[in-house]
Amino acid sequence: MQELIVILVDGLVFSSYLFMVAVGLTVIFGVMKILNVTHGSFYAFGAYMSATLIGAYYKTDWPEFGGFLAIFAAALIVGVFFGIILERGLLRFLYHRDEHIIVLATFAMFLVLEDVLLLIWGTDPYFAFEPMSLLGSVDIVDLTFDVYSLTLIGLAAIVGLGLWLGLTKTKWGKLLLAVIFDREISQAMGINVTVVFTVTFVIGAIMGALGGAYIAPTISVSPGIGVEVIVLAFAVVVIGGMGSIPGAMIGALLVGISRAAAVHKFPEIELFVIYAIMAIVLAVRPEGLFAPAQARKI
Amino acid sequence: MRHVDKTVTGLTIAFAVLFLADFFMAEWVRFIGLQSLARGAVALGLLVLWRTGLVSFGHALYFGIGAYAAAMLTLIGYHDAFFLVFAGTLASGVLAFLLGFLLRRYRAIFFALLNMAFSMILYGVIVKTEELGSTDGFSLHPPTFLGYAPQGEAVQTTLFIFTLVFTYIVTVGVHLYLKTTLGGMSMAVRENEIRVEYLGYSAEKVIHVKYVFSGLVAGFGGAIMALAIGQVDPDSMANWNVSGEFVFITILSGIGNVGATYIGALVFELIRTYAFEYAPQIWQFILGGSLLAIIMFLPDGIWSLVDRLRKSEG
Repeated sequence: MQELIVILVDGLVFSSYLFMVAVGLTVIFGVMKILNVTHGSFYAFGAYMSATLIGAYYKTDWPEFGGFLAIFAAALIVGVFFGIILERGLLRFLYHRDEHIIVLATFAMFLVLEDVLLLIWGTDPYFAFEPMSLLGSVDIVDLTFDVYSLTLIGLAAIVGLGLWLGLTKTKWGKLLLAVIFDREISQAMGINVTVVFTVTFVIGAIMGALGGAYIAPTISVSPGIGVEVIVLAFAVVVIGGMGSIPGAMIGALLVGISRAAAVHKFPEIELFVIYAIMAIVLAVRPEGLFAPAQARKI
Repeated sequence: MRHVDKTVTGLTIAFAVLFLADFFMAEWVRFIGLQSLARGAVALGLLVLWRTGLVSFGHALYFGIGAYAAAMLTLIGYHDAFFLVFAGTLASGVLAFLLGFLLRRYRAIFFALLNMAFSMILYGVIVKTEELGSTDGFSLHPPTFLGYAPQGEAVQTTLFIFTLVFTYIVTVGVHLYLKTTLGGMSMAVRENEIRVEYLGYSAEKVIHVKYVFSGLVAGFGGAIMALAIGQVDPDSMANWNVSGEFVFITILSGIGNVGATYIGALVFELIRTYAFEYAPQIWQFILGGSLLAIIMFLPDGIWSLVDRLRKSEG
């Protein structure tokens, strides 16, 4: 029983983390049909920027809790900057090309940004634990969890709910749904698809950067974090169904809790349990658990 | 007069020249050559699939299986290159045959990602297996060749000739396969699968056969790579970015010609080696930049330059 609770809490925290890194990817895929490998760079840049800003913030004698603002500022700066540069500067020239070519172009961009990251921040790890130590820790059935990690669950819920409400209740969201459903017809109806694409990509980028920025205080921010996260995000998005926000949530929960269970029960299978789930789901339901059915065009 | 296959003639001449060059080649050139041949073989496997419009983002799976199968056999005392490469190739082929039953049902991005999922399972297994050196991998004994056990530089010279001969056989084999009716179906499947089915062919079967072929050559490439480097490790043999590099080589070469994959692999290897040598800080930057440049300005790969040249001639 005790172990079950630990697995559940651990799993929920990890699921929230997965959801945060996967949701941006799924939004971009849903609207633009682009599998964006650069998402890993958004995450990494978000983490580095957040670590830097937090470090700078705590050198001043401003109120302690303001450090949290630094996290969100980092995500915004990184997301807006890279989102606009990448979409306007690169991707828009490739929309007419084969989908695999676009994936490869984002892979190339990922390689480029990996080195840009090293050039800016070097190879030494960064630590920005202040926001985490500020919140302290709490005991759940004899086990100590840090409160900061638990807030991740709340953040994931807010982001998920916000995106879902924005998509279904606002005018902008409805335009977006129209574009998701049929790009050509929406264009014919007078929706400015170019702007929709840019805005979507920037939102997706901010989400990716926020994932990295928020997780930064709990990890040592070091080279290579982008490579790890990108396959995790892929797995979650593919399991839930590419382009579906509820799907990303279910996928994240499935993967997060199974991984937590594996870590506690069979640590040796921890790494591949994620991909095993992905392979099984794809084998049974290739479009993912939540993807809408597509008409076959002859 | 019998029809002469230009590609086979070209390949024969190219490999014969390389064969002779082996006796004069500097050691580092041979090392780059070996790696190019190994990677080129995997790209050849991807080309076979790409002709059908399918791209795999997980061929590091077969590359890794080939490499690790060969490497693991050296752990239990087998060192014969013929046996190791044959075993690596076969292991990948068998796996491709089995997974093919599942994968042949998928197209487009799902095919690409399901492949990646399987390759990451392999990666996860290797990383968690202490007996195989986990993330560090392990190194191999120099191979022997049917009882001949060369020493020092002779190992690489012999291995190069060995690799050349087998790459030649594999490449011509794939080329001839692509010219058969079954191989020729690929374009038809890519253009309109449903019509192919109406004509009475099974598109899934075409894809399955192709998948096994591509698995076999990728495993071959992996086994060669393990012998060439004398070391296997998960991050350079089975991780997802290795798969990405293979797709990169395929784009670089274009899918027009089987021989072009080796030129593409060589160009890739040169970019990588020189970028790493002269600009270790930004070698990935250079690699990614070249890939972007190719995608933007040379969308059909290096081989399209040859075609352009031909057109301007007449």
